[in-house]
Amino acid sequence: MSVSVSMTVNGKAVAAEVADETLLVTFLRDDLRLTGTHVGCDTSQCGACTIHVNGSAVKACTMLVAQADGCEIDTIEGVSDGETLHPMQQAFKDNHGLQCGFCTPGMVMSALDIVKNNPSPSEQDVREALEGNLCRCTGYTNIVRSILAGAKDMEAR
Amino acid sequence: MAAAEPLNTGIGDSVTRVEDSRFLRGLGNYVDDIVLPNQAYAVMVRSPHARATINGIDTSAAAAANGVLAVLTAADFSAYGGLPCGWQVHSKDGEPMTEPKHPILAEGAVRHVGDPVAIVIAQSKTLARKAAALVDVNYTDLPPMVDMQAAVADGAELVHSDTPSNVCFDWELGDEAAAEAAIASAAHVTRLELVNNRLVPNAMEPRSAIGDYNSATGEHTLYTTSQNPHVIRLLMGAFVLSLPEHKLRVVAPDVGGGFGSKIFHYAEEAIVTVASKLVGCPVKWTADRSEAFISDAHGRDHLTTVELALDDNGKFLALRANTLANMGAYLSTFAPAVPTYLHGTLLAGTYTTPAIYTNVKGVFTNTVAVDAYRGAGRPEASYLLERVVDLAAIETGIDPVELRRRNFIQPDAFPYDTPVALTYDTGNYQATLDLALERTDASGFEARKAESASRGKLRGRGLACYIEACGIAPSNIAGALGARAGLYEAATVRVNPTGSVTVLTGSHSHGQGHETTFAQVVSDTLGIPLDNVDIVHGDTGKVPFGMGTYGSRSIAVGGAALANALDKIVLKGRQIAAHLMEASADDVVFKDGQFSIDGTDKSVGFGDVALTAYVPHNFPLETLEPGLEETAFYDPKNFTFPAGAYICEVEIDKETGVIDIVDFHASDDFGNIINPMIVEGQVHGGVAQGVGQALMEGAVYDSNGQLVTGSYMDYCMPRADDLPNVTVSNHVTACTHNPLGVKGCGEAGAIGSPPAVVNAVINALGDFGVKHIDMPVTAHKVWSIMNAKNA
Amino acid sequence: MEAFNYRKAGSVDEALVALNGADDGKFLAGGMTLLPTMKQMLATPDTLVDLAGASELVGVSRDGDTIVVGAMTTHAAVASNSDVQAAIPALAALASGIGDPMVRNRGTIGGSIANADPAADYPAAVVGLNATVNTNKRSIAADDFFLDVFETALEEDELVVSVSFPIPLKAAYRKFPNPASRYAVVGVMVAQSAEGIRVAVTGAAASVFRADSFEQALSADFSAAALEGLSVDSDNLNEDIHASAAYRANLVGVMTKRAVAAC
Repeated sequence: MSVSVSMTVNGKAVAAEVADETLLVTFLRDDLRLTGTHVGCDTSQCGACTIHVNGSAVKACTMLVAQADGCEIDTIEGVSDGETLHPMQQAFKDNHGLQCGFCTPGMVMSALDIVKNNPSPSEQDVREALEGNLCRCTGYTNIVRSILAGAKDMEAR
Repeated sequence: MAAAEPLNTGIGDSVTRVEDSRFLRGLGNYVDDIVLPNQAYAVMVRSPHARATINGIDTSAAAAANGVLAVLTAADFSAYGGLPCGWQVHSKDGEPMTEPKHPILAEGAVRHVGDPVAIVIAQSKTLARKAAALVDVNYTDLPPMVDMQAAVADGAELVHSDTPSNVCFDWELGDEAAAEAAIASAAHVTRLELVNNRLVPNAMEPRSAIGDYNSATGEHTLYTTSQNPHVIRLLMGAFVLSLPEHKLRVVAPDVGGGFGSKIFHYAEEAIVTVASKLVGCPVKWTADRSEAFISDAHGRDHLTTVELALDDNGKFLALRANTLANMGAYLSTFAPAVPTYLHGTLLAGTYTTPAIYTNVKGVFTNTVAVDAYRGAGRPEASYLLERVVDLAAIETGIDPVELRRRNFIQPDAFPYDTPVALTYDTGNYQATLDLALERTDASGFEARKAESASRGKLRGRGLACYIEACGIAPSNIAGALGARAGLYEAATVRVNPTGSVTVLTGSHSHGQGHETTFAQVVSDTLGIPLDNVDIVHGDTGKVPFGMGTYGSRSIAVGGAALANALDKIVLKGRQIAAHLMEASADDVVFKDGQFSIDGTDKSVGFGDVALTAYVPHNFPLETLEPGLEETAFYDPKNFTFPAGAYICEVEIDKETGVIDIVDFHASDDFGNIINPMIVEGQVHGGVAQGVGQALMEGAVYDSNGQLVTGSYMDYCMPRADDLPNVTVSNHVTACTHNPLGVKGCGEAGAIGSPPAVVNAVINALGDFGVKHIDMPVTAHKVWSIMNAKNA
Repeated sequence: MEAFNYRKAGSVDEALVALNGADDGKFLAGGMTLLPTMKQMLATPDTLVDLAGASELVGVSRDGDTIVVGAMTTHAAVASNSDVQAAIPALAALASGIGDPMVRNRGTIGGSIANADPAADYPAAVVGLNATVNTNKRSIAADDFFLDVFETALEEDELVVSVSFPIPLKAAYRKFPNPASRYAVVGVMVAQSAEGIRVAVTGAAASVFRADSFEQALSADFSAAALEGLSVDSDNLNEDIHASAAYRANLVGVMTKRAVAAC
């Protein structure tokens, strides 16, 4: 069976007819070609597919497109202002918070969620709030630094 | 001329990364992001059994299913060879290793859970997956060989029925008689049995491959998650599918981490390449994570007995180590080299031990193939050595720092020939140790321990002094040791007419930041801004040749090739400049982007020289070709030898056994450093994987050969709150034999950290009299030991 | 994932009708367990009835001495609710430690307890706080709700509507997470109310259970010291590669002591 959905993705209205069982991440990657949202596991643990649904971080691999009907979706592609990086993205660059880049979109989307809920997080806050995001390259030290720096920059604006 | 503004993008500058902007905006281009027109999707049918014979495969239902284009089995690959092994090790009796066929798809038997049996190609991944469930494989299940000791026992069931035993090779290195004599007569011998735990590499990007055959040109293109696209072209083209290089292009675009696991040529690459021609459209395969767990080559998995003989003063007299090394069911690309030449040769460590002997048996088991994983053999060597040295310190009562100092190779002893075949070119092991001690406030430890105790915590401190052989590798040495390829690297520097520079490098970046560091080498040498440099990698259609990225070789070998190509550019540039300034090339010097004549005010900029090269009006064509493009192949003269001292402090919760790393410092000697920020990041990541090995990670098979830790539900990946802030320091002794004086930094963290962490835990548990705990040293194990003692 | 029919229900009544109309239907709450299970083909329902549109299932309210949490209230909403934080901070803390932030933004209390994963956190809250599970049919006492591994007292066409938590005098939850999955190897909710002491243990056995001997000891002397020398019987405790039964038994004692100390 198929289901008709409409939603806003990165500020643009999107309507589609998809099979009922279609996962949101599949729709974003394959249908909308927003391939910045990555798939790193099949047990809903790695967080590479983290996006925002109605302003809250969720794993796009663990949500049906049908469940997102009527929602506002934000993906990594919508974070920067063209080629001008968002302060959180810039903080990741300045603090070497990424290496291979695969977990990075999920990290940035989680980072923005962390700061939304806690504008001045401590290092321990950040480490605990990254429970749902795996990185194999950085050892997290610079990711944590990036998020702390990004939070400061966002607060300063 | 006024002095140019400093660019601050040269060697030694912490330049932020060129590649970050695309990754941070979700604009990376990973293989699974690529969708080719009319692309079909492949799903593998994999063995659920660890060992079974295949009586028959009925593909009819799957072939008839909706959207299915083809179902392929071994019969469809009968014209092709098996997957080759890139390294031939010889046993101590001179016989070559046993090298059973590694078929692309299982031929009559499966040998590990996950062994590919068939492939289903359909119009969508969903349809392919549904049809894959309809492939009916008739198996006769057989008892598997999972345990290495059982596999080498007399009468063991054979993983490969056409081999005499499950021993792939029985290799040795060093002087057995000298080691035996020293051990027999030594004042003290420390003995230890240990496991180097099996790990699953877990690059966050699962493997993926797309085959795309163009029937108009007869050219195959393979997009693949590889650390070394030219190596894949060589192995798959020449040895498996008999495709000539000019008809096979291999592209490894953005790759999401490798750590060794994406060096190897995997069956899926050959399958999609063949399948695309068969079905007439591009064919993509992407692993699920659970599939990656049972199809990516695993790492480590050694069982070792080690003995260290010491005299009354704590001087090491001899080391003997006997190891069983798991090969898994098939020989992966580099597998035999890892526990032998990348392991046995490192057993001198940073010490003057005069007699060393090691015997390593490679063992086939009904498990996933084991091959290089970050460090590859060197972490295993470092671990056994630094564990047995620490235990010797406990047994002899000599302070572990002092014991190491007494045995270090001295700074004036280089070049130093070890008894296990290597010549260390340079180093200063005291310096990194001193730095690590200073940065971690060694003298304050007892006070910190008392403070921890006041909170009910056991505090321990552990040290490890590692060395590694990197910059792999001199081709002549590698060839003599059994490598079936050379291990040089290539770089082309293409100066464009307006003075921008395109570098084509055979090194591949999958997180290491080559697009930045290699550009820094160019910026530094040519005095041009970083923005004017583009680093191209990962495409055999663009890059002349290369052996890829592994073994911390990119800057030491690929960077050296780049440096040599740049030298050629400068040389030709001086000739062009000499022509422009009507002088002799011998009088032209090049500095900060300007060609000038010493002692005069004559100079021309790099851009003018570039333009002249491509607009050769009035060019001395009889002595100089137009254009400015140079290629260099660099084959290293020796390995490089990064070394360092790592110190870890832990706190243990007495009630639960939970281990908390409260301090970790890495003091390294990587030779010259191109980008300190990136190097620090490489150490952080390596240490994270080493801490993961030490405390958390371990692939566990049950007796039926099922991988119990087959997902992130059970395989314990380090998370942000599991790891400490790692601090780093550097002492530099420049490599003596490559043009940049660099040694490489990619693997050090994973090599030095496991023994430092385990030594710290053992130190913390001093009151319990425990000599050793095998990795991963989990809270459960620690509690069990404390509980047994308390009871 | 196998194909299925997706039905969005606008109310509890609609949901029940939709479920009854399916051969093998399941309610979809947050989907944090169900969807991964379906992706692994371990569950293949023919219909999913999404409860997200049933607004009567969402929200937290205080009703006298009781906190009522709607079945479709997310863990994040419970954790950040000011009534919960004021009345039963242990419940807010427990909810703030379930899974990870993304799971907490989607996962719901109703989905969690209806699934009855032996390693889930909420069962310890429901039993430890002596809650009542309100369904479309009846109210079920906490002690009667969880039966076995993934098994509850819920009938086929029964749907959790809300959970009523009596406000305790004091309570605390302590969890020892599985290092890989971060589910509870052991989680203990200790609560003191006018009715007495409750110690509810999740993660350690097939289903959440009350540690009777601990409750008795704490009834006499509500202090961690009162638990010295006591332990739960390890015979019925879970064993896996992460924790032996003996280790779990130890952790039940340690987590209980720490929860008591935090009360």
